Formats: sequence, C-alpha cells, structure tokens
Amino acid sequence: MASASVYNPVGFDFSNQVRNQFLQEKGLPLPKATSTGTTIVGCLFKDGIVLGADTRATEGPIVADKNCEKIHYITDSIRCCGAGTAADTEFTTALISSNMELHALSTGRKPRVVTAMTMLKQMLFRYQGHVGAALVLGGVDATGPHLFTIHPHGSTDKLPYVTMGSGSLAAMAVFESAWKPNMTREEALDLVRDAIFAGIFNDLGSGSNVDACVITASHTEMLRNFVKPNERVEKEQRYKFRRGTTAWKKESIKDLIVSEEITPIGGQVEAMDVS
Amino acid sequence: MSSLNDVAGPQQRQFNPYTENGGTILAIAGTDFSVIAGDTRQSEGYNIQTRYAPKVFRLTDRAVLAVNGFAADGNMFVKKVKQRLEWYRHAHAKDMPLHAIARLIQTMLYARRFFPYYVYNILGGIEDDGSGAVYSFDPVGSYERETCRAAGAAQSLVQPFLDNQIYFKNQQPAPGTSFPAHLPLPIVLKLVIDSFTGATERHIEVGDGLEMYVVLAKGRDLSGLEGIVGLQELSTKSDGERIFVIRRELKKD
Amino acid sequence: MDHFPTNWGRPRNDAFDAYATFPIHQRPSNGPKDAFSQGVQRTQQPIVTGTSVLAIKFKDGIMMAADNLASYGSLARFKDVQRLQPVGEYTVIGAGGDMSDFQYIQSLLDDLVVEEFTNQDGHGLGPKEIHEYLSQVMYGRRTKINPLWNSILVGGVKDGQRFLAYVDLLGTTYSASTLATGYGAYIAQPLLRRAVEGREDTLTQEEATKIIEDCMRVLFYRDARSLNKYQIATITASGASISDSKALETSWGFAEGIRGYGAQTQ
Repeated sequence: MASASVYNPVGFDFSNQVRNQFLQEKGLPLPKATSTGTTIVGCLFKDGIVLGADTRATEGPIVADKNCEKIHYITDSIRCCGAGTAADTEFTTALISSNMELHALSTGRKPRVVTAMTMLKQMLFRYQGHVGAALVLGGVDATGPHLFTIHPHGSTDKLPYVTMGSGSLAAMAVFESAWKPNMTREEALDLVRDAIFAGIFNDLGSGSNVDACVITASHTEMLRNFVKPNERVEKEQRYKFRRGTTAWKKESIKDLIVSEEITPIGGQVEAMDVS
Repeated sequence: MSSLNDVAGPQQRQFNPYTENGGTILAIAGTDFSVIAGDTRQSEGYNIQTRYAPKVFRLTDRAVLAVNGFAADGNMFVKKVKQRLEWYRHAHAKDMPLHAIARLIQTMLYARRFFPYYVYNILGGIEDDGSGAVYSFDPVGSYERETCRAAGAAQSLVQPFLDNQIYFKNQQPAPGTSFPAHLPLPIVLKLVIDSFTGATERHIEVGDGLEMYVVLAKGRDLSGLEGIVGLQELSTKSDGERIFVIRRELKKD
Repeated sequence: MDHFPTNWGRPRNDAFDAYATFPIHQRPSNGPKDAFSQGVQRTQQPIVTGTSVLAIKFKDGIMMAADNLASYGSLARFKDVQRLQPVGEYTVIGAGGDMSDFQYIQSLLDDLVVEEFTNQDGHGLGPKEIHEYLSQVMYGRRTKINPLWNSILVGGVKDGQRFLAYVDLLGTTYSASTLATGYGAYIAQPLLRRAVEGREDTLTQEEATKIIEDCMRVLFYRDARSLNKYQIATITASGASISDSKALETSWGFAEGIRGYGAQTQ
C-alpha cells in the first residue's frame, strides 16, 4: 500500500484555493452545490427516538430531487438526518458510518451515539465550517436513547426534540406547542409527521414526502415515504412525438461487425494457462 | 474568507427598495381567443406570504394584464394602467384598443427608466380585427407582439415547453402537412394547465393556485369552454368580447 | 452632536465590532460622505424595534396580538409598549419594526380619522380604506428611498365584511386568513395556518384566543426579542377592543435530566 506522502497530504486538497479566490474576485462564481434546503427533525419518546425528514433537494429555486433520502445510516441503531450541502451530508455520514463499523469491530462492542457525535463534531470542526453539513443524530445504545444536533462548525446540542434546515422554525413551532415527555410510539410518530408537514407546506426549501425512522433498543424501523401528501396530478395530455419529427441531413448505416484476419508469426503460440 | 481587516472601518448598508415575490405568468394567443394565466402564490425568500394573491387582472372586456416580479410595483403599476384606461373611457366613451394599451404600457414603463417598476408584464386580449394577441414587456418597456410568452420565476422552465408545443421549434411536420399557426382553445388550456403543474413540480416558488383568464373575440361561440368546472364570466356586455376566468388548485408544498 | 448613544465615550475611529456586541445600529461613518446623501438623515436601519404581530380571521371577526416589548438592539428596552392601535371605529392595526416610525404612522392616522370625522358625511373609514391609505404611504416612502421601517397588519370588520391584510416598508401588500410579521411569519404562521385554514367561519372567539395564546407562547420560547407580556385585539361587528396586558404561562422543564451538550453525563 502506498504511504501518504508529505507532498500529497491525505484528505481534502486545498491547492486550488488561491486560484478559486482569484477567479471569484474576477467575477467567476464557484459552481453551486446541491443543497437540501430542508426540514429535518428528531424527537425523544418513551422507548427511543423518532427521526423525520422531508424529501426535497434544491439547487437554488429549482427542485433537483423530489424524493431524496435524508435519513442516513450510521449503524444499525444510529441514524443521522442531513441538511445543508447534499454531498457534504452524504460523504460525512458515510465516512463516520464506516469508522463506526471499524470502531465496533475493534472494541467488540455496539458503538454508542456519543461516539458518532464526537467523530462528526471533530471532523466538522477540523474543516472550520467548509464542510456544510447540519445534522440531526439520533440512536439508542447501551446508555439509552440520545438525540443531538451538530452544526457545520462542529458545535453540538443535546435536547429532547430538535429541528434543522430551512424549515427548522416551522417544525420547531410544532414541537414547542405539542411535545411532551414519555410519549408513545404513535404519538411521537404523529408529532414528527406534523413537524415535517409544517416544513413541507410553509417552507419553500422543503417539500414532497415524509420519511421517518423509529429507533428503539431492540429494533430500528426505517419508514421510507411514511406519508406522501404531494402526489403529482395526472397530466392533461400525452406528449409523444411522431417518428420523423427530428430533421436529418444524411443517413449512413455503419456495420459494427469487424472481421480480422490473424496471421501468427514467430512460431508456436503457447496456449494460455487457464488452470 | 474575510479577515478582521476587511470588515474594520465604516460599513455602509443601503436600503434596497426592491424584492422578488416569485410566481410565474403565461399567455397564449389563438386565432379568435387569448388565454392569460398566472399562479397565485406570493413569496419572499423561502417564505410563503400568501397562497392567494392575484397576478392576472381584467383591464377591459378585451384586455387582461398579467404582472410578475416585485409585487408592490406590480400592484401599483396595474392601478395606474387602470386609471389611465378609465380616463380614456371618460374622454372617448369607449374602451382603449389592445394595441394602444400595449403602447401605453410601454411609455408608462419607460417613464421610469432610471427607477424601474421591477415587473414583467404580459398583456393578452383581442385586437380590433378580432384576432387573439399577446404582448410581452421587459421592466423598462421594450415590447413585442407574440403568439405565446411565459415570464417570471419559472420562465426558463415553461418557455422552452411552449416553444416546442406551440411554435413547434426544430420539429418536422408529417410529410404533406404543416404545423398550425394557432392551436384550438381546448389544447391551449391543456398546455397552460400542464405548464403550471410542471412548473409547480420543479420550481419552489410556483404553486398554491392557478388563475386562467380566457378572452373570446366578439361573436365567437363558447366552444372549447363547455364542461369546464368553475368557469366564471367577468364580461360586462354580452354582445362584445367576453372574458372568463377558470380557477384551479396547484400543489401547496 | 453624535445621536447614537453607544458611541458616547468611545474612540472615534474604533475598529468595527466583529462580534456584534453592541446594539443594531452601527456607528456613523467618520469618512467622507457621499455628496448625494449629505445633509439628509434617513432611516437606514430600525433603532427601537417591536417584533412579531399575529392576526387571524374567526367566526365573528378578526383577532390580533402583539407583545409589549420594544427592543433596543439586543436590549429589552421598553417592556410596556402598546403595539396594537385602534383606528376609527372598525379597525385595529398592529406594527412590528421601528417604533418611532410606528408612532409617526399613528399620528398620520389620527389626523386622517379626525379629518374624516369633521366631514360629518356619514362615512367612516373602514379597514379596507385604512389599509389602502397605509400602503400608499408606505409605497410612497419606499419610492423616495426613505422608508417607514415597519411591517403592519390591518384588521377589521365593516358592513359585515371581515378584512385582514399586511403592508410593509417596501409597500408589499397581501391578504390571507392568517397573517404574521417578523419571526412570527416563520414560527407562528405554520401553526396558525394549520389551526385556522378552512375554519375561518366556524372558529369561536374562545377558540381563536386559545390559538393566538398558544402561538404567542411558542414565539416567546423561540424569538429572543419577544416578551411574555402581550395584548389581544378583537374586532367584531360590535367594534374593536384591546385587552389589558396578559402574562403567558410557560414551562421550561423540558430538558430535565439532560446533561451537557455532548458526551457529558454529569
């Protein structure tokens, strides 16, 4: 295996930073990243954690993905919702998920939520906010259920109900008016659904469907497209084009079968060893 | 990254007299009718201000104006156009012809060349010769008569669709036939509805409701409008051009 | 003289406060001024501010609420300010934003109502007329690049018609069965829409009061420039009334048992 060279440090490559800043000053903006202007939430209940997310991904005012997944896998009993730059949330959670698996193998124990939280915050802090991931981390481990938010600069919060993304205020309003301790699974799931609904219908950055994930000590249930309140209506017309709609200037048909003649030179050819 | 030195020293903030309120408008002209439509969402940033704020306005029995951009400027502009049309009515005892309204709008927009109304206008209706017409404007008054035009937040989504379905751009007709210069009313209404449901799917600022105004030329029958739910007539006379409005729901997310 | 109190006793060319530890308005520039704006002082930012105003339609009319706080930047400066104001017989307005601009608007409206009264022509200004007047004033001022830094809700009942509309410093107007300004537009509006939309004609006054109260509580929990002292205005066919200041009941025990913000357990 090649060892990391001092000339090619591991991790992100900042060598174009000066050039990019120069180009930006000249008025050439950097390409825009897909951002999940999002509503994501998490909520504590009697037996564990419920996480929730909408499924809209945007590029500025354009909907890039109408049904994306924002609840990422960390371990069997830990999941993480991501808001912010889509690529950052995906890679960050995937990296930490991988490290959590290695950690579990090396310690021989089920990994804890605080471990994932610490790995995430240390990574995000190291990148000083340039990795634009705003996360809601939740799970159940040997020490009980835990719920965290992690901001792009690496700060964390530990609360019984949390929200993130552009719809966080709408969703938090629902929590603030209806959350109570020791809810049942159904109550918690309904509350999370209502919080995501508040984001979907009041925040333009959020939309489409509700994903939810219920994590208890014994079981994790991923409820992909838990509610679909925004089905597309049927189109008024079919849009099919007549064969021959596209004009053409010349027609040429190529034969893709190539025949070759092989002349062996230099005597006996040994048969390939296929043993 | 800005260092402390960049922000040291006096900072000057300036009041910005403009904002963008989202939404999209669209108009299509037929041979003897015209359809002018707009969604009803008004937004600022990621916030929905209201789910119902009309962007399409009846000016006369044969002219409808759609405005999109900065809502405060739009409302003020429509108000001033309506005022000028009323003055015209008082002076000449008739409604201003459509082409004259178009020229009026041009001069009114250009009068504010150096502090523009931040508004994209589309004027639709019936000309004196009974043909359907659509005029589109930029914020400082450049205008053009067209067969169809989309403007606003989802212009870049809707206009290519119209170019394809109405102008049949870059398409070959079946041998021995040609593409029609104008489409019939039922097809136009379907295209308008599909434009808006499509824009609602892919543009976050479009949605909530759809208002379609239909202007019919003098003496034209109602063919193409029969059986449409929620059709409402707005004309003041029954023997001249007739105006109808059709309202539809759009997705609210 | 320097009219910005936070500058008093500070060195004239202090560096810009990067951590925003002093109230909102920034110190005036000591450098050369743009010849255009020289000599005229305009509102460039609000100074003493009010936060959200909420309003909904209900069966018998309109209900509006605003808290009693006027902030000076992050300082809770005045805690008994009334931000709801009856105008004429049929209307109440509620304002967020700059409180001195609001007081100026109140004096404009006072003059307007007095003039209308002295005509004695049997007409009184209704909420529609008040809103139209206000939007013209606000749009006119923004067009002069000299805005009145407010967002205002106008609600009322006249001739059996409920009216509720918004106008702000840009002259932007709109109308809906639930409205909220400031942070209320992000925090309270989702709750209001869910509680009111489709039920405008059946909600009783008690139910409306409960909805408003719940939203004011959530705003107090999450809007750092809000206060747990607020007033409710109710406008029905029988006229407008503004309640005395009410106190919100709040509970903060939600995170009992939670320790720290991360790996801490004690």
